[in-house]
Amino acid sequence: MTAVPATPFRARALAATPGQIALALAIAAFLLVFLVLPVATVIYVAFTQKGTSSFTLVNFYDFVRTELFMRSLWNSFYVSAMSVAFASVLALPLAYLTTRFAFRGAAIVQTLGFLPLIMPPFVGAVAMQLFFGRNGSINLLLDDWFGFKIDFMEGLNGVILVQSIHYFPFILINLSAALRNIDRAMEEAAQNLGSSGFRLFRRIVFPLALPGYLAGASLVFVKVFDDLATPLLLNVKDMLAPQAYLRVTSIGIADPMGYVISVVLIVASVLAMWLSALALKGRDYATTQRGGGGLARRVMRPHEAVLGYGVVILILALVLAPHLALLLLSFATVWSFSPLPDGFTVAHYARVFGESSLYIKNTLIYATLAGGIDILLGVAIAYLVLRTKLVGREWLDWMATAALAIPGVVLGIGYLRTFYGITLPDGTPLAALWITIVMALAIRRLPYALRACHAALQQISVSLEEAAENLGATKARTVRRIVVPLMTGGILAGFVTSFATAAVELSATLMLVQSNSDAPLAYGLYVFMQSAAGRGPGAALGVVAVVLVAACTFLSHLIVERSQKAKGMGH
Amino acid sequence: MNANVSLTTPAVSVAIEGINLSYGDNHVLKDVNLAIEPGEFFAFLGPSGCGKTTLLRLIAGFNRADTGRVSIGGRDISRLPPWKRDVGMVFQSYALWPHMSVRRNVAFGLEERGVKRAEIDRRVEAALGLVGLSHLAERRPSQLSGGQQQRVAVARTVAVEPKVLLLDEPLSNLDAKMRVQVRRELRDLQQRLGLTTLFVTHDQEEANSICDRIAVMNDGIVQQVGTPMELYERPANLFVAGFLGTANILKGRVVGSGAGHRFEIEGGVTVPITENAELPADPTMVFRPQHATLETSEALSGDALSLPCTIAHREFLGASIRYGVRIGLTEVAVDIPFQSGRDLFEIDSEARLNLSTRSLHWLSA
Repeated sequence: MTAVPATPFRARALAATPGQIALALAIAAFLLVFLVLPVATVIYVAFTQKGTSSFTLVNFYDFVRTELFMRSLWNSFYVSAMSVAFASVLALPLAYLTTRFAFRGAAIVQTLGFLPLIMPPFVGAVAMQLFFGRNGSINLLLDDWFGFKIDFMEGLNGVILVQSIHYFPFILINLSAALRNIDRAMEEAAQNLGSSGFRLFRRIVFPLALPGYLAGASLVFVKVFDDLATPLLLNVKDMLAPQAYLRVTSIGIADPMGYVISVVLIVASVLAMWLSALALKGRDYATTQRGGGGLARRVMRPHEAVLGYGVVILILALVLAPHLALLLLSFATVWSFSPLPDGFTVAHYARVFGESSLYIKNTLIYATLAGGIDILLGVAIAYLVLRTKLVGREWLDWMATAALAIPGVVLGIGYLRTFYGITLPDGTPLAALWITIVMALAIRRLPYALRACHAALQQISVSLEEAAENLGATKARTVRRIVVPLMTGGILAGFVTSFATAAVELSATLMLVQSNSDAPLAYGLYVFMQSAAGRGPGAALGVVAVVLVAACTFLSHLIVERSQKAKGMGH
Repeated sequence: MNANVSLTTPAVSVAIEGINLSYGDNHVLKDVNLAIEPGEFFAFLGPSGCGKTTLLRLIAGFNRADTGRVSIGGRDISRLPPWKRDVGMVFQSYALWPHMSVRRNVAFGLEERGVKRAEIDRRVEAALGLVGLSHLAERRPSQLSGGQQQRVAVARTVAVEPKVLLLDEPLSNLDAKMRVQVRRELRDLQQRLGLTTLFVTHDQEEANSICDRIAVMNDGIVQQVGTPMELYERPANLFVAGFLGTANILKGRVVGSGAGHRFEIEGGVTVPITENAELPADPTMVFRPQHATLETSEALSGDALSLPCTIAHREFLGASIRYGVRIGLTEVAVDIPFQSGRDLFEIDSEARLNLSTRSLHWLSA
């Protein structure tokens, strides 16, 4: 080997290679253009006088003075809080029963519990009307048998019901993981000291699982607070996100109130996340120790089993009702004022795969591109953060993660405002191009993909890379030949999360779709669902979306499992 | 640690009778019978998987035996759930609850027993004083060192004044230096409380240094029960001989009878069998490395054996030199105290291994 001069080598070890610096700058530029700039524009407009650039608080004064906006703010808060409460009621028994007891079918329950996430909530909203609406199946039956109806779906109730059913898996996933991670010795120590039954749960098990619960609950709160499409479809307009959308689309892009509402939405999101982080501070107990057996699983007594299975089946029935309703609707000829459809047909599917197949094609393109961008950025940022000493590398991480706090509708408004002024040579504004939809989707999903890549890279021992470098591979070749292959599982998981959720995203795209030919599936669904005649094809499109997302998720799961087995990492 | 002894309770005996336990086809405990005296510091010693922890957890109520019973102070507790047994267990991982301060951890068991607040405060103070951690009462467990966490775990357990103290490998998460210190503290504490204590460990040195008696376990069976010295001096079988200290094990067969009664070691070397020696049916010759010496010539003493051997290895261990020597087909270890200036045996040289017949054990193979 030829002698390498000592000084350049040391200099390299201290800072970073030129390639790494270039990569970091490129990522920073991307995030600045597609995240920071649009959001900054929104904030800027909210704080300046209309048509001028002078600072003012008058827009916020108007916001506070307007009764409609204050009511919307309260409604958004109320709906989010109630959704968290109701989602907790759904998630707690499922998580508790499947992790703490020897529960037959625990895996099925956990899997079915995920299903709501892969259906766009606004699709569920229409389906839920059919079951739970004023003239839905349940109320028709109730009216027939008992002579009364329940307002499940009236006004805010409908939003709460739909949102909590859609988002409760976030609590289920986090809480189950937290419960499973509790070392059984923690519980046994309490038993040894005389504690048992509900006291044991209240004093030891639940406090230890609280971080997981809070993480899930805050996520649900933020998601519900920011969601645009569900209230719109349920015709609830006096909530913040719909107000922001309506101001911008009906009054115009120059009206400052849409921006003010956007700022309020951002502040609420940040506040909710900050509060949950504050509550979690110092409570991140990773309690599983070497040799720990997880929570001891208890065998249920017969009467407990009956109760347990009863509760689980009831919850699953409620949670899966939207899927069933959607499926029925997609095959229904007419379904109105009757518990079940009058007749069945496949005409809706024919229509969807015929004239509306464009939506499906667009969705596949957009979601694939967005997912691809996300994992490229995710791997690059994770690598820079974990494996280099580049100054300011954490800023990339923070910037990308900050996208979590930006509601879709805000990002949409920001893109419209920022990129409308920029035109292509032929005069079309940049904001009208379908590529902006892809960028919005990519930015929205980046935090999730980044976390997946970060976790995957963290699990790889640095010595594996050092061994490659020791045998003569350069940094770049080490990444390509060692790091990326070992990260495949995590990268794929990140891609699927981005792809699947981008495929059904509507909050940001509703604002950005300029022509029907550029519209993705979610937008098409939204348009269909607006009219009674469009419901059949809309439902068929919804079923296609659910199947698409489910198939992709399942496929990636298979691939990950196989690659892990091949690498001898599986269990 | 201060000398607060307000936590003492009358010591009780523990009786373990006819315990069998299986997980499916895996027979983990096989007819275990033990009688532990009041106030005794008693160890379950054995390699991992020998069933010692299973036995301890069974006494605490976390495992259920297929047959047999466990009595404490003459009262059968086999059917009681863990929270009614009143046996205090210190877990290997300590299992301190991270969401509670040290004080609340220690108070937990008393609160569960419905003890009055003033009494709880007094006993928490006493327990923390006992382990010398009163000044850290408001800390969270994560803010303590490993040794301190271990003491909190002990304080939490003794605060409820259990009838019996169970220690599950309490020293295994400590570094070597702390281990020696903490084991003395544990012994000290046990003596002051007079508490019947059961101690699970795989480390013979730990068991030897602090326990009154030891039950050596292997493969779910209690191999031998005795004081540390009894076990070392008179091992009942090859397992005990090999597990406690180093033992040289020489296989072979008995030949001849009467005056010509001899043991032929594999490879042809023979050893005369003294008249008073008690031989099992299929004997194996066992002796400790430090009981033999190496000489260039035959020993002259009457009851000494002198076996021809070849030096195969030599390792310097500090206080002693360990020789690996071949007798016939078997290689054995001989420890010779190190003295500077003294000539060493060279590898491949011939020598005589001299050994008093009183140092020989005849154990069944």
